[in-house]
Amino acid sequence: MDRTGTAVEGVARAGAVEMSGAQMVIRALKDQGVKHIFGYPGGAVLPIYDALFADDEIVHVLCRHEQGATHAAEGYARSTGKPGVVLVTSGPGATNAVTGLTDALMDSIPLVVLTGQVATHLIGNDAFQECDTVGITRPCTKHNWLVKDVNALAHTIHEAFQIATTGRPGPVVVDIPKDVQFKKGGYVGPASIRHRTYRPKTDPELGQVVKAIDLMANAKRPVFYTGGGIVNSGPEASALLRELVKLAGFPITSTLMGLGAYPASDPQWLGMLGMHGTYEANKAMHDCDVMICLGARFDDRVTGRIDAFAPEAKKIHLDIDASQINKNVRVDVAIVADAGKTLKEMLHFWKTQKRKVDAAALAAWWKQIEQWRGKNSLAFKNSDKLIKPQHAIDRLYALTKGRDVYITTEVGQHQMWAAQRFKFEEPNRWMTSGGLGTMGYGLPAALGVQMAHPGSLVIDIAGEASVQMTMQEMSTAVQYELPIKIFILNNQYMGMVRQWQQLLHGGRYSHSYSEALPDFVKLAEAFGAVGLRAESPRELDAKIMEMIEVKKPVLFDVRVDPKENCYPMIPSGAAHDEMILSDAEEESAQVSEEGKMLV
Amino acid sequence: MSAAAKSPSIERHTIAVLVDNEAGVLARVIGLFAGRGYNIESLTVAEVDHAAHTSRITIVTSGTPEVIEQIEAQLGRLVPVHRVVNWTTAKPGIEREMALVKVSGTGERRVEALRLADAFRARVIDTTHASFVFEITGNPDKIDAFIDLMRPLGLADVSRTGVAAISRGPEPM
Ligand SMILES: Cc1ncc(C[n+]2csc(CCOP(=O)(O)OP(=O)(O)O)c2C)c(N)n1
Ligand SMILES: [Mg+2]
Repeated sequence: MDRTGTAVEGVARAGAVEMSGAQMVIRALKDQGVKHIFGYPGGAVLPIYDALFADDEIVHVLCRHEQGATHAAEGYARSTGKPGVVLVTSGPGATNAVTGLTDALMDSIPLVVLTGQVATHLIGNDAFQECDTVGITRPCTKHNWLVKDVNALAHTIHEAFQIATTGRPGPVVVDIPKDVQFKKGGYVGPASIRHRTYRPKTDPELGQVVKAIDLMANAKRPVFYTGGGIVNSGPEASALLRELVKLAGFPITSTLMGLGAYPASDPQWLGMLGMHGTYEANKAMHDCDVMICLGARFDDRVTGRIDAFAPEAKKIHLDIDASQINKNVRVDVAIVADAGKTLKEMLHFWKTQKRKVDAAALAAWWKQIEQWRGKNSLAFKNSDKLIKPQHAIDRLYALTKGRDVYITTEVGQHQMWAAQRFKFEEPNRWMTSGGLGTMGYGLPAALGVQMAHPGSLVIDIAGEASVQMTMQEMSTAVQYELPIKIFILNNQYMGMVRQWQQLLHGGRYSHSYSEALPDFVKLAEAFGAVGLRAESPRELDAKIMEMIEVKKPVLFDVRVDPKENCYPMIPSGAAHDEMILSDAEEESAQVSEEGKMLV
Repeated sequence: MSAAAKSPSIERHTIAVLVDNEAGVLARVIGLFAGRGYNIESLTVAEVDHAAHTSRITIVTSGTPEVIEQIEAQLGRLVPVHRVVNWTTAKPGIEREMALVKVSGTGERRVEALRLADAFRARVIDTTHASFVFEITGNPDKIDAFIDLMRPLGLADVSRTGVAAISRGPEPM
């Protein structure tokens, strides 16, 4: 097989409109309903940029780094349910996009990334800015193509959209050599698509659905455990989930990726589960007798020690991707299908078969859960001298409540505090890097969200270390007048790293102090944005209000307690019922040698 | 892999993958095995239907039942894959492999090599005064056994095709 990967050949079709490859790209994007693309030019995509110049419908957002472009497209996709589109050049343009592609693959975000490539006759010659893009991106895309024939280009782009957005969504790459962009060929529209092999299964097997509701009806200690699959399935899935959870009266928890699918203000909501989940969510998971996992994948952040995971539970697992079934945890009832379609059937059978829950058992279960809730595991000791990071998020939530808010995050303690404390009532409002845990995700993701929702309040809850990874995108925000708010919980540490060093490495804080930090206020001003700083709890509220009201991008340097740790915490390799709730407990916590090996 | 740690029983499975014959498809399959840490004991690939543009990849792999289940599911996710069949569990399959085996030597050892080759129904396809090349077909165990027997008799070189497999009975894959 040749190293150039998936070379697509095509034939000119009868009735196809003739145009250049570059024009086809623009035409195909429009036919796919694309309004915005995120990109960065270079030699190998100049013909496409030229075609873009001649077009006045598609809005191109010039990011400052191709990684930024991919995360912006992810934010755009996650907040709209539409695919995010990226255009970058060959070589370094493509390699810079790899982090975003991997991030999107891990979190099932539909991205269509178009990369320029050197001319076909130069491929394999180590030409200037040549890299084996399909080879490099094969393991970090759902699928990719190298298009060597202009007559296959339009069809391939349509196929790319189909694959990115259907089944389990994910990123795709279409690599387009420069000569193919210049050549003329026949354009075909999206209707031409019928893939030879790709048939995602979305309809549930009804027998399995009935088995699932049988288990639910007989459950004594049930819990819903939901994930990003509900959000990906679309708003209808969230609505159906709410109906089913209400009807059954069961408690519900969710993964980091699934937040917002079920309203956090509802009494049946237990909060997030997993490594930094609430006490009640993790205890309920551990002690349940029936677990209803919908659109989640039993990730190691969720399960903790796998052989101690929900030992008594019968498990129902709904996932659109068959490879997730029995991957980490063996389940009793597997349903491979779309979440929305399955929830509809579950509700249908539940209602028409007049199912009833075991009310007495459920009441006892709720009593137990209330007891766990009584631990108040997210409590923290506030201070009137130092801004506690938890307090900062609580105030941010309180002062933005009722507004049209979208939240993105970076990666670290601030991300976990945001997940624990910010209450999401709707899906698509929460954008975070879950699977890959990519520092630098939040700022560009906020750009993408703001582009899609110009009038909304878009806030990146950031850490001072993460935000420096893609800080240059502030320049993009200023250029496109995107009033994103970067709410930096500045603890002067890579706090999450410091917390692990405290727990696992004897407090030897090797290279986790953020030395030589920039003056974020001046930095904001240098970009032409607005800089704010709060150093004491007394000034916090007023500054948050100022941030909200400014109609410009803002970098808000919130100076928080540098030593605060994020609890509850299940250390790696520990079980759900071995949670650490506070610094005091942490001192006596024993992490096994095996646990230390885990990330 | 945690599943592997729990259950130590390693099994050998032969899996056939019918794919669209497009460039890079083999790299996807091999990359999947390498990236997820699955074993490949042997692998064969060739176009099987020129008109339909399909190739068949036959992979002999080993792992716990949990890992094998994952391998099948992960293969099924690859976009250009038409079908995945496990000949060890899903359908009874027949396996054959071909090997070319070169044995160098003279005198008594040469006579013995020829005698054993005859017993294994290996054909002589090249002869010199000091060597034979045998062609042998059979299941992989038979070929292993033949090669082991040739070792003390002057085994000089081996080339194996890897396994081709097909189901019994009238049905296609
Ligand atoms: C690109 C990348 N590099 C390294 C890491 C490992 N990592 C995880 S959290 C973290 C520290 C984040 O610090 P900061 O952004 O200040 O957030 P805090 O934990 O202090 O809230 C690091 C280095 C990562 N997740 N991503
Ligand atoms: Mg920090």
